[in-house]
Amino acid sequence: MRAVCWYGTKDVRVENVPDPKILNPGDAIIKITSTAICGSDLHLYDGVIPSMKEGDILGHEFMGEVMEVGSAVKKLQVGDRVVVPFCISCGQCYYCNHQLWSLCDNTNPNAAINAKLNGFSGAGLFGYSHLYGGYAGGQAEYARVPFADVGPIKIPEGLTDEQVLFLSDIFPTGYMAAENCNIQPGQIVAIWGCGPVGQFAIRSAYLLGAEKVIAIDNVLERMAMAQQGGAAVVSSDEDVHEILKEMTGGRGPDACIDAVGMEAHGSTYDVVKQVVKLETDRPYVLRQAMRICRKGGTLSIPGVYAGFLDKIPLGAAFAKGLTFKMGQTHVHRYLEPLLRLVQDGKIDPTFVITHRVALDEAADAYEIFAKKTENCIKVVLKPHEQPPPALERRARELESLPSEEIAMELPRSKRLHEK
Amino acid sequence: MPTRTNHLPARPAVRSGTGKKIVKACTINKSPEELFRFWRRFENLPRISRHLVSVTEISDMKSHWVARSPADNTVEWDAVIINEHPNNLIAWESTPDSEIKNAGSVRFEPAPAGQGTEVTVSLEYVPPAGKLGAMIAKLYGEEPELQVEDDLNRFKALMETGEIPTTEGQPVGGDQKTTRRKRGAK
Repeated sequence: MRAVCWYGTKDVRVENVPDPKILNPGDAIIKITSTAICGSDLHLYDGVIPSMKEGDILGHEFMGEVMEVGSAVKKLQVGDRVVVPFCISCGQCYYCNHQLWSLCDNTNPNAAINAKLNGFSGAGLFGYSHLYGGYAGGQAEYARVPFADVGPIKIPEGLTDEQVLFLSDIFPTGYMAAENCNIQPGQIVAIWGCGPVGQFAIRSAYLLGAEKVIAIDNVLERMAMAQQGGAAVVSSDEDVHEILKEMTGGRGPDACIDAVGMEAHGSTYDVVKQVVKLETDRPYVLRQAMRICRKGGTLSIPGVYAGFLDKIPLGAAFAKGLTFKMGQTHVHRYLEPLLRLVQDGKIDPTFVITHRVALDEAADAYEIFAKKTENCIKVVLKPHEQPPPALERRARELESLPSEEIAMELPRSKRLHEK
Repeated sequence: MPTRTNHLPARPAVRSGTGKKIVKACTINKSPEELFRFWRRFENLPRISRHLVSVTEISDMKSHWVARSPADNTVEWDAVIINEHPNNLIAWESTPDSEIKNAGSVRFEPAPAGQGTEVTVSLEYVPPAGKLGAMIAKLYGEEPELQVEDDLNRFKALMETGEIPTTEGQPVGGDQKTTRRKRGAK
């Protein structure tokens, strides 16, 4: 089969590899009809996630048709159309029993090594380094899915791939980020990063009753998409701290979401330290959020952090009695409820897609996504579509919106800028 | 609880103060009875331990162990059960005539609030000294604690889910012989 393989920093290749086989009785083999590149795949692409090996198959957002099931699989049948959660969960351990699916005890074959780093290991993940099991990912024509009775959700008739594909990661991840804010009536949520997870976090925060969502980014098309989702937008190039204070009546946001993670831009100090390996992550956004969050507020972190952070103002967090919520998404917990939101028309997750390309063009797609060129926000790969979709930008309403106009719609930041 | 210590050897396999000891614990969401039953049949242990080739039960108390050693060789020894409390404790050690001196025990205690069973494994072996000592050291790898933890993780997964997580045999890109250069694992 064809698969997207990792070979090093900024080096992914689409190669012929052997087809996956059933290896354990709980496995299923899925023929992948749609799969996506995740923002967190860019951390792999940028080479900042440890324990990747050359030839590793990438991808953890995928769906498709069940081709084969192992002897212990009871709920799934050949022919079922399913979306697969990015984290692999056994369904039997303490953590699965407590709905903490991404912390599953039993799915990471390399758990002991992971525990040397983190104390204890989380669940195995598709296509996300050997510290998380080294499972072959879903940017491929086929994938092996362990514990197939536990994770994959069957998709009812009448829904397109693109309506449900993001149940695999970014929709639940944005939703959990908002849920972790414990939003009360009248509350204001500030979200750093208007990538796909940030976009879903904006919409989820409103679904969960936020009074106002403020989104922070500096990529115009992403800021425009955030605005379409109802967010007030602030440019990260401005004095975010002062602007957020002003926009919240001097209180600060009730909750802050860091949907950026370990490769934040804005601090040369962190870039240098990361390059020379004095620091593994660049926590620029995290610092900003910790400072501006209101007293007693909540900091929710869906953005990926993988190692050691420098100059974290824990004193500010302590002084204000902040609550921190973070971690890999417990995807399984959100599959049913979020599928219902899609079915009921409360949200149409296709809004985030900007590119649809053939699997063979994945290397180009990674580059476009990483460089944020061509207004790229979300790439969907179609491994089996014939003829294969060409790598071209989807005609979007966005294009008709001139960038100056978007910039003008940043009233407070603009005003401050002019002073 | 009945106790059987009738096969207790005259002197311990690993004299106190001479052995390297590894103790690891984990909590498994199963009853002590189920876990004890699996472990008491030593023949099951190669399923969870990568460095064991086979364990053959010679009698109720005595067993023959074959383990992997460097260069695809094997090392072998006999072990006897020296202490047993049903559903709670098994302790064994190599017989006095074995060249490989080692001992082990596993304890099963109910975990609080219905979380299953706390399993504590304790292994003791004579550290590297001469050829055989070096073999034993290799047996447990350069990081013996990691190996024992791996084995316990596999035991837990097998007991809780009926399978052991693996990626062995899955597809991977390129010709691994030529593409896995040194920079492969970062």
